[in-house]
Parts: sequence; C-alpha cells; structure tokens
Amino acid sequence: MPAAPPSSEETFGALLFPHRHLLGIAGLGPHEILFLLDEAEQWIALNRGAAKHDNRLAGLTQINAFFENSTRTLLSFEIAGKRLGMDVVNMHAATSSVKKGETLIDTAITLNAMRPDVIVIRHEASGAVQLIADKVDCPVLNAGDGRHEHPTQALLDALTIRRRKGRVAGLTIAICGDVLHSRVARSNILALGTLGADVRVVGPPTLLPPQVERMGVTAFTDFDAGLEGADVVMMLRLQRERMAGGFVPSEREYHALYGLTPERLARAAPDALVMHPGPMNRGIEIASSVADDLNRSAIPEQVEMGVAMRMACLDVLTRARRGVAGW
Amino acid sequence: MSALAILGGQVVAGGTVAPGGVLVRDGLIAGVGTFAVPDDAETIDAGGKLIAPGIIDVGVFAIDPAAFSAGGITRAVLMPDQSQPLDAVALIQHAVTAGKPDVWVHPLAAATQGLKGTDLAEIGLMARAGACGTATGRGWIADSGVMQRLLSYAGALGLVTISHAEDAGLAGSAVATNGEAATRMGLPAAPAEAEALAVARDLLLVEVTGAPLHFRQLTTARALDLVRDAKRRGLPVTCGITPAHLLLSDVAMGDFRTFTRLSPPLRSEDDRQACLRALADGTIDILCSGHDPRGPEAKRLPFVDAEPGMAGAETLLSLGLGLVRDGTIAMPRLFDLLSAAPAKRFGLPGGAIAVGAEADLILIDPEAPWRISSEKMVAQAGNTPFDGLPVQGRINHLIKGGVRL
Repeated sequence: MPAAPPSSEETFGALLFPHRHLLGIAGLGPHEILFLLDEAEQWIALNRGAAKHDNRLAGLTQINAFFENSTRTLLSFEIAGKRLGMDVVNMHAATSSVKKGETLIDTAITLNAMRPDVIVIRHEASGAVQLIADKVDCPVLNAGDGRHEHPTQALLDALTIRRRKGRVAGLTIAICGDVLHSRVARSNILALGTLGADVRVVGPPTLLPPQVERMGVTAFTDFDAGLEGADVVMMLRLQRERMAGGFVPSEREYHALYGLTPERLARAAPDALVMHPGPMNRGIEIASSVADDLNRSAIPEQVEMGVAMRMACLDVLTRARRGVAGW
Repeated sequence: MSALAILGGQVVAGGTVAPGGVLVRDGLIAGVGTFAVPDDAETIDAGGKLIAPGIIDVGVFAIDPAAFSAGGITRAVLMPDQSQPLDAVALIQHAVTAGKPDVWVHPLAAATQGLKGTDLAEIGLMARAGACGTATGRGWIADSGVMQRLLSYAGALGLVTISHAEDAGLAGSAVATNGEAATRMGLPAAPAEAEALAVARDLLLVEVTGAPLHFRQLTTARALDLVRDAKRRGLPVTCGITPAHLLLSDVAMGDFRTFTRLSPPLRSEDDRQACLRALADGTIDILCSGHDPRGPEAKRLPFVDAEPGMAGAETLLSLGLGLVRDGTIAMPRLFDLLSAAPAKRFGLPGGAIAVGAEADLILIDPEAPWRISSEKMVAQAGNTPFDGLPVQGRINHLIKGGVRL
C-alpha cells in the first residue's frame, strides 16, 4: 500500500515561492502572487489584535538600506520586521554621498559583512537593487528602485483590492497620473495584469511611458474616458519637480485636467474604490473630499495592508535560512 | 630590408578572394597573387587561410595596442574625447606617436575647444600636426551656426568632419531608446528619431557648405534612409556602424547589463534589421569597433549612472566574419568596410592589398572557433556586450609596414 502523500505545504513549500529575492513583480506567476497574498492574511489578524507580536523571526537581523528618502515605506518595513521579532536596523544613506562609483557595490559588501538575514533596499536608480542583490548572501527585498519596480506596494494594493472587491480577476482598474516616472505603476501593471485584471493607464501624454500598451494595458490621455466604468481608481503621486521638467504646465492645470474630484469619480463604477500609494498631494492629483470619503477611499487600508504584506514577504523569504520544513 | 613572401593563402584584393600570396619588400607590397619568390625572402605559409588588409578602425576612444593587435587593427583613428580633449597641436603630436610601432594612431582634431560645441579649435594647425580629420566628439553640436562654420572651415582644409548624430534636446539624459524594453525597465529613454533629426540638419548643412561629413555611427532606419537619399543626390556623406547595433537590439539591456549601455543606445529590432539592410545595400560605408574600454568604476553601477561604451577592438573582425557567414555581406565587402573605405575616406595609407601599397596585412583563420569572454579579453577593460558569445575567426599573423608583429 503506497504511503500517504506528504502534505504539500511541508514538503513542497519552496516550490510555492522558489525565489531567493523579491526584486520585482516581473517573473512572478499568478500562483506565486496569490501565495504571498494568502500568507499576508494571517498578519492582518495579528496586527489588529492587542499583542502584535510573533517571534518566528527572532534572532534574525533586518537591514533597511534606504538610499532615497522615505518615511512611510521605511516605517512599514521596520514595523513589519519588529512584529516578527527581528532586530531591525535602518541605514539612511544620503543620496549625495553614496551615489557614484564603487561606493554602491562597496556599501553592499559592507552590509553583507555584517551578516544580515534580509536586506530591504530603496534606491533612486532603476536596477540598483538587483546590482546589490547580486553581491550579498541574504535575501533582498526591493523597496523601490528608480522608475523600475516597487513590488511590495503592488502586492499590498492587490491585497487591498482583493479584500474590498473579493477578487482581482475581471476588474477594470485605472492607474492614473504620472505613470512615466512611477515604479508603483509598473509593478501594479504587472501584478494586477498577471492576476487577470483589465488594467488601464491614464495620464497626460507627456507622463505616459512609450509603448506602455506592450505591457498589456490600454492607455488613455482623456481622464474622463479612462475612468469610465472603472472598478478601481488608483491615483499616483505627481512629483512637484515634474513642473520644472516641463512635463505639465502647472499644478493648477494638472488638477483641472487630471485631478480626481467627486464629479470625475462619478464616471467610474458606482462602487469604485479609490486608492493612492501616498503621500498625497491634496488638491493636485486628488481632491480632499475624495481622499477622505470613507465609503470610497481605501487609502488608510492600503497602509495597513502594507505592514501585513511586508511581514508575509519577510517571513517567506527567510524560510530557507530558518530551516522551515519544506523550504 | 629583406623581403617577406606570404604563400598559399586566399588573398582578399581587388574585390575578390583568390588563391595566391603576397610579396612584401621594403614595407610595401611588391607582388600579389603569383610571383617569383626572391632568394632572400623570408616565407610564411598561409596554409590556405585568408590574407587581408589590416583593419583601419575609425573612431576609437582609447589607444589600446594589445586589443588592436588581437583584433587585426593596424591603424586606429582616435576620437578627440581623451581625458584632455585633443584640441591643441601638442596633444595631436603626442597622440600620433603613442601607438607605434604596433599600431599607428591617426588622431582626430577636436572640432571645438574643449569639445564644448561653441568655439572652433585650431583644426588647421592640428591637421598639419597629423590629425586626419575633425570630430565633434561624443556629443552633437547643437548650435547650427557653429556646425555650419565647422563644416565649411574643415571642408576648405580638405578635412572630413565626423559627427555624432543625436539631437541633444530630444536625447536629453536618456540612456535607452523609447520602446517596450526601456518602459519595462523604467529607464529614461528618447525616441529613435533623435538620430534622424540630427542627421537631417547635418545633411542640410552639407548641402549648404558642400563639405564632407561622416557619421561615426548610424543606427536607425530613418537616419539611414536620409543618408541613402543624400548619397543618391551626390552629397559627400558617409556613415559607419559597430557590430553592436547590427547584432543586438534593446532587449539585450535586460537585467540592467551595463555593458550594453552604449551611445547611441541600442535600438528596436526593426531598426536593427534596417541597419543590416543598409550594410548590405552599401548605404553604410564603414564598420568600426567603437573601442571604448571601461573598467568597473565606470560600469559596475546602476544602468543610468554607468558610462556608455564597449570594448570592441578584439571582437570586430570575428563579428564581421559572422556577417559574411550569415550571408549579409560578401567577404570582399567586409574588408572594404573594415579597411579600404576608411583609408580612402580619411586619406590614410594601407587599406588594400595592391602593388605599391603599405604592407599592413593580417593572416586570418576565418573558421577558428572561440568564445568571447569579458574576463579573458586583452583590452584595457572587458566591457563587451557580447560576453559568452561563440564566434569564429582568429588572427594568425599581423604584419605592420612589412614587419611581423
């Protein structure tokens, strides 16, 4: 009589997410994304309880190496690591001093020599996180590299959408604003598209990437047309310095043409969800009355999901090091 | 000086490849094909392999004799973009002697002082000191007035101007070409038309001045169409290309490989195909290496921060032979692109196997297989976008001015 098959979780765990690092959504299959979303659910419950602590990562060291200024993402990763019991260290590298030359590689080698168990990196240059990941012995989590990817943001957005809407597949999702310079947009296009959503990008032609349709999205330069019937409206932050670059004439004009107002939102589906990765420019890309509408806005919830999602990523990526059965 | 007889090879000369040999005496070619071997002659058995003119590499950024010798390059036309731009007589004089005896360096005079694109440099005096032409450097001259004066002034001196064709405003700080690859990677990109826009202006100025102009590299369908049309109209314009833009498209940048960060950047597959057609139909005149060795301090960086350029000297010939094997071009045409056309365009000795010509010769085993390896390159740095590619064709002997090296 053949032996009973071993439980899949125990024996084949590593097959559910066979990646050493999380550098981007590119390269992840739908089952891998869904696995991470499922893993995050348990942490939402923990985070809502009184004792927000789990010791399974106790003794491990997490370094948050942020080469670009960040408040919320850094805080989110720090809280996530601490709630799992890790020793969390933050390194703020002033972009001016650690920008050029061998210093980036040297910094990676230095960090590696301190024997961290996971490194979370944000850098202003596309591809920089991968460059560092190639030089270190521990898992690396990309917390945003240039315009390239911000995978945990896309995962937390997908988690938020799935919890609010019950699914991602089949939804019409409009990603609106400065898509050209946005790593959030790129990761979301990949993640939501992989999960079967109908993704649109909407923005002024100067802020849409060339041939973005080749990423499987429909592009709109008319905001109203792009919002028509959308189930989710995801607004992107407009960097103030884009005005100087001549991408848009003024904040006033941008708000008039591409700002999300209650009137505009009426074009989307009646129960459309409003999202924003933060920090918001109120009165520019989004009107306060929309951002603060508790029935429509999922913005605070995105932040909450962020912590849970990052806990899940930290847990999964360190399983092999911790000798978790099957990993 | 005694004679040297290379026997039993396949000689690339006069637009054909024919069995025979080459006789060299006093640094010059004294016989081609079949000839009586003098008693005092040293002989080399070519063993049925190719005997071809030494390569004249137009537009290198470094004097790298080891890489040039390995690549069969006997003369190198040096770009003025050195740590100190070649904008003064003394710098030209120094560059002229820098590679001897292995390789002869023919410097290009910086077109403008400090290569800043504003004030003309002393190109007349630099020409007397040995500059074989003048070049705008890595950048385009944005001011049309300056470019017009440069062309007319250099033209009157009998100098060819080499231009870098990328409209500065459109190119901006881009490191890639607009397209799916750059969009997915989140890299600042510019439309491919930045090249054609620059070419169109420069061609109009050639019409105005009648002065000869060479584009060191053209890499897009639109720009090559413009040059094809200009040649039809009899304008004194030529253009070149490196193997990179013939063999790689922008998808090669995947994983942010900084060895593929080039200037101009890699283009779309459609443009690559157009480059191959332009090579086959004669629109492209010169195949060059763009040799620009860059160490880790310039390349082990995020893609946007890395310096552009590739070490191309020692792979130029093998990649060119690959184009022959693919049927893109015929063997005699390859050595027209590598040797004859550069010699003719810049008035340099060598470049062809003919009686009376300078005896710069290479003996090539065109079938010898090897694999391009960044770590094994003899160049000053191993920044090749072709790392790992299996190729064929090796230099067996290199003869410079009748002397075996």
